Amino acid sequence: MTEFLQQLINGISLGAIYALIALGYTMVYGVLRFINFAHSDVFMLGAFVGYYAVRKWGIPAGGVAGGLLVLCLAMSICAIVGILIERLAYRPLRGRPTLSVLITAIGVSLLLQNLGQFVFGANPKAFPRLFPEANFHVGQLSITSNQLLVIAVSLLLLAALHFIVHRTKTGTAMRALSFNATASSLVGINNDRIISFTFGLGSALAGAGGILYAMNYPSIDPLMGTMPGLKAFVAAVLGGVGSLPGAALGGLLIGLIETFVAGTGWSTYRDAVAFAILILILLLRPAGLLGKSRSDKV
Amino acid sequence: MLPRSQIVLLISLATAGIISAFSSRIDDYILDVVLGIGINIILAVSLNLINGFTGQFSLGHAGFMAVGAYAAGTLTTGPGKAWIAAAGVSPAVLFPFVLFAGGLAAAFVGLAVGAPSLRLKGDYLAIVTLGFGEIIKVILQNIESLGGSRGMVGIPSYTTFFWSFGAAAITIYAAWALVNSTLGRGFLAVADDEIAAEAMGLNTTRYKIIAFVTGAFFAGIAGGLYAHLKGYISPAGFDFNKSIEIVVMVILGGMGRHVGVVIAAVLLTVLSEKLRDFGDKRMIVYSALLILLMLTRPQGLFTWKSARKASPG
Repeated sequence: MTEFLQQLINGISLGAIYALIALGYTMVYGVLRFINFAHSDVFMLGAFVGYYAVRKWGIPAGGVAGGLLVLCLAMSICAIVGILIERLAYRPLRGRPTLSVLITAIGVSLLLQNLGQFVFGANPKAFPRLFPEANFHVGQLSITSNQLLVIAVSLLLLAALHFIVHRTKTGTAMRALSFNATASSLVGINNDRIISFTFGLGSALAGAGGILYAMNYPSIDPLMGTMPGLKAFVAAVLGGVGSLPGAALGGLLIGLIETFVAGTGWSTYRDAVAFAILILILLLRPAGLLGKSRSDKV
Repeated sequence: MLPRSQIVLLISLATAGIISAFSSRIDDYILDVVLGIGINIILAVSLNLINGFTGQFSLGHAGFMAVGAYAAGTLTTGPGKAWIAAAGVSPAVLFPFVLFAGGLAAAFVGLAVGAPSLRLKGDYLAIVTLGFGEIIKVILQNIESLGGSRGMVGIPSYTTFFWSFGAAAITIYAAWALVNSTLGRGFLAVADDEIAAEAMGLNTTRYKIIAFVTGAFFAGIAGGLYAHLKGYISPAGFDFNKSIEIVVMVILGGMGRHVGVVIAAVLLTVLSEKLRDFGDKRMIVYSALLILLMLTRPQGLFTWKSARKASPG
C-alpha cells in the first residue's frame, strides 16, 4: 500500500509536467491543425534558460523568490522563442499543405536540438537547485518539496490557462479561431495575432514544464526534450487533440501509467509504454477520451 | 519483345554485374561509399512511395531498416548460421534469400505499425512511426541474443556492387511500375485529396497500407545490405537522425519524383561523407536545408517542370 501511494505521488508529479507540455501541443493543434514538433525543444530551452540564469547570469537561486524569478524568466524567453518560430517558419507557409508545415516543424525541431548541442555542448549538465528543498515523511511515504512544488505550480498554471481561455476576450478569440478560422476572421478577429498569442502561451507552459522537469531530473542536455515531448504528444492524443481538459487528463494518465510500469519489472520498457498506448488509442478511440470526433466537411 | 522498362532493368542488372566483377580494383574506401549510395537509393526511393506518391508522412524508415538488418544478420551470423550450415549450401548463394527474408520481416512489422495508424487522416503516422523507431531501438537494446546495445558483430560481408546496385535497380523498377499501375493511381489520388478519393469509392486505407508496407519491405532489404556491408550493426545506428537523413533525400529530390530522389540520394550520401569530420554540425545543415526548402522550393531541388503532381500533400 505504501509502495502504491509512493508511486501514485511520483506519477502525479511526472504527469503534471506532461500535462503542461501536452497543453501546448493541443492549443497549437486547435488553431493551426498541425503537430508542432518544435514544442519539445522549447521545453528543452526552458530547462537551459534555468541553468544559464543561475550559473551564468547570476540570478540568486535556492530561495523562493529567486526560484520564481527563474521560472518566470524561462517562461517569458520560451514564449518569445515560440512566437518567433511561428513568425519566421510557420507563418510564411499559411495556406500550404499540412505536410509542408509538418516537415518545417521537424526541421525547426532538429535545428533547435543541433544548435543546442553546438551552443550548450552535447554533454549533460547538472541542473542547479532553484527552490529550498526538503523531504517530508508521512508514515513510510517520502515526498520531496520539489514534487509538491511541481504539482502546485502546474495546478496554478492550469487555472491561469483556464481563466485566459474562458474568461478573457483573447481566449474567446482563440476558441473562435479553433472552431472556424474563416468565420473568426470574418467577425473581425485578427487570426495572425491570436495564433502568435497561442504559440506564446503554449511555449510559456513548455518552458515552465522544462524547469519543473529539470528540478526533478536534474541532468539536462539538448536532446532531453524528445522523449517527454513525444509522451506529452501521446497524452494530448489520449485526452483528445484540441481539448484542453483532455490534455491535462491525458498527461496525468501517461505519467501515472509510466511510473507504475517503471515500478514493476518492466522498467527498461518504460519509454515504449506511451507508444503502445498511442497505438491502442488510435485503434479503439481515435478521438481521444474527451475529444469529439469531427468529420471533415468539404 | 519485353517492355522498355524491363529492358532497362535487365541492362542495369547486367551493368551492375559487370562492374561488380571488377570491383576488386576499386579503392576500398571509395567502394564502401559507392555501395552506401546504392543502399541509400533504395531507402530514398522506397520512402518516396510513402511520403511522396501517397502523401503520407513516415518518420520511421530507419526502424524498418533496423528490422531488416537484424533479421538478415540473424540468418547469416546469429542462430540462423547453424541452419544454413546444416543445409549445406554456400551462404553467399543464399544471400538474396536472406535479403528477401529481411524485407519480409520489415514488411510484416510495417503492417503491424501501419494498419492502426493509417486508418486515420492527418499527422498521426508521423508520430506513430517516430515512436516506433524509438521502440524498435529499445527492444533491440534489450534482446541479449542479438547483442543488446553492443550490437551484432562479425557479420560476413556479402554485399557486393552487384547486390547493392542490383537491388537499387529492382527497387526503382518496382516503385516505377507500382506507381504506373492501377494501385499507383490510387496512391496519387490519396495524395492529392484523400476525401475526394474516398468519395470516388477508393478504399484509401488499403492504398495507404499497400504503399507503406511496400516501402517498409524495401527498407528492410536496404537494412540487410547495410548489415552485410558494414559487418557491424547496433541499435544506435538506426536512430531518428538516420530516418531524417532519408526524409531529407526525398524532400530535396522532390516528393513524388523518381529521378530527383535518386539524384538527391547520391548527392547527400557524398555530402555526408564529405561532412563526416563535422559530426553533429552536419545535422544543423540538414535541418536548415529542410526549413529553407519548404519555405522556398517545396517541390524539391531537382524538379523543373510541373508534372502530374506539383505539390506535396
